[in-house]
Amino acid sequence: MSRANLLFDANFPSASYILGGVLIDAEAGYWQSLTGVILAEQGLEVRQLYSERDDRVLFADLCFTLNAGDVLQIAGPNGSGKTSLLRILAGLSSRYEGDIFWQSHSLDQQRAAYLEQLLYIGHGAGIKAALSPLENLRWSCALRGLKQSDETIFQALTKVGLQGFEQQPCYSLSAGQQRRVNLARLFCIPAQLWILDEPFTAIDQRGVAEIELWISDFANAGGAVLLTTHHPLAMQRPLRVIDLGAF
Amino acid sequence: MASAGVSSLVVAVLRRDLSAAARRGSEWSNPLVFFIMVCALFPLGIGPQPERLAELAPGILWVVALLASLLASDSVFRGDYDDATLEQMLLSHQPLYPQVIAKTIAHWLLSGLPLSLLSPLLGVLLHLPMAGMGALMASLALGSAVLSFIGAIGAALTVGLRKGGLLLSLIILPLYIPVLIFGSSAVKAAVEAGPYLPQLAMLGVFFLLALALAPLAICGALRISVDQ
Repeated sequence: MSRANLLFDANFPSASYILGGVLIDAEAGYWQSLTGVILAEQGLEVRQLYSERDDRVLFADLCFTLNAGDVLQIAGPNGSGKTSLLRILAGLSSRYEGDIFWQSHSLDQQRAAYLEQLLYIGHGAGIKAALSPLENLRWSCALRGLKQSDETIFQALTKVGLQGFEQQPCYSLSAGQQRRVNLARLFCIPAQLWILDEPFTAIDQRGVAEIELWISDFANAGGAVLLTTHHPLAMQRPLRVIDLGAF
Repeated sequence: MASAGVSSLVVAVLRRDLSAAARRGSEWSNPLVFFIMVCALFPLGIGPQPERLAELAPGILWVVALLASLLASDSVFRGDYDDATLEQMLLSHQPLYPQVIAKTIAHWLLSGLPLSLLSPLLGVLLHLPMAGMGALMASLALGSAVLSFIGAIGAALTVGLRKGGLLLSLIILPLYIPVLIFGSSAVKAAVEAGPYLPQLAMLGVFFLLALALAPLAICGALRISVDQ
């Protein structure tokens, strides 16, 4: 049974949940102002999910729920179907059987409402190399129907450590910086659910710690996060892990 | 509210595609260079007699423009697919339909429009009579827009394949043929001082049909191409 694979990481005492919330209250306010409403009780629910690739079962009978404030890590070795699972949950892939619910409604009925609250960062570049970070983010915001001022975008780029690079073409940036441009979307697009596929790729150590902090801040503000990483996570929050390697 | 959202979405996509193309010249200049080169080779290949060239010019110009458009069509979604920005388009809660129209129009502005603006020059090279120039430009401008929409369907279907080039040609070339027939016959009619507006009107019909229906096919094809 897949429920057995839901490990509650014992390394993080539940007290740190509150501790984390108090510690970074100011930052949590930022997300709260950006996300507007706090995620309803019932967030993402997955029932009996099954998927296979080339006649190989990636996962079967997978069940979990992801509610406000939850951080869920999908673990597993290469090729175990982590990205496939995230793409299914983002609605990019239909190669599955089973049910996915968003706020108690089936995803098929709720697609627009779901996409409005979803921010998916895949492992692709996600940015146009010929354009500057500012232009890329302007487009990303416009795509979501947001009229974010350049100031908001500048702020977001400053938060990801790209101050002074706003107007440079992205191809002249390093791999880690390009990844940061993509991650800057977290700061300009309000969402209730983040799906992050390997967000730490090409990011330096300090950057990884920062992203971990953003994730826990976002969760404190009522967001839900689903991510894959091979990096040992050190977060100030209880972290749930689903190991796809066990299938 | 909704219409304002859609128009700003269209403007954002157009702006992005045009400014990205402005910084990468090769993508849109290659088909244009192809158009010029092939047209310039014809007088060398079939001899410089003005009457002969003038007779063949409408057909040559239209066939080469069509092939240039075919050459350009692969790039409509290729870049977005490779850098995963296509996923962002699909994951927007805003409708995909206007985004696809904007992308195709941007592609036409970079491939079809320069082609039709350049065509009188190549018409002179091929001794096309002056009477045919207006019809040539108008038919190419309208026709290449149809070709862009048809090409975008093929591009969307094959964008997930590593080597989709030949398949793309096989899919869209049959659909190009009516456009070629009406386009070149408009130019021929104008050269012979006959009425050419009916042919242009047919191209206009094709354009409106493509504008309304092709994006539906493109949206579906993109979802399939990304879902693998």
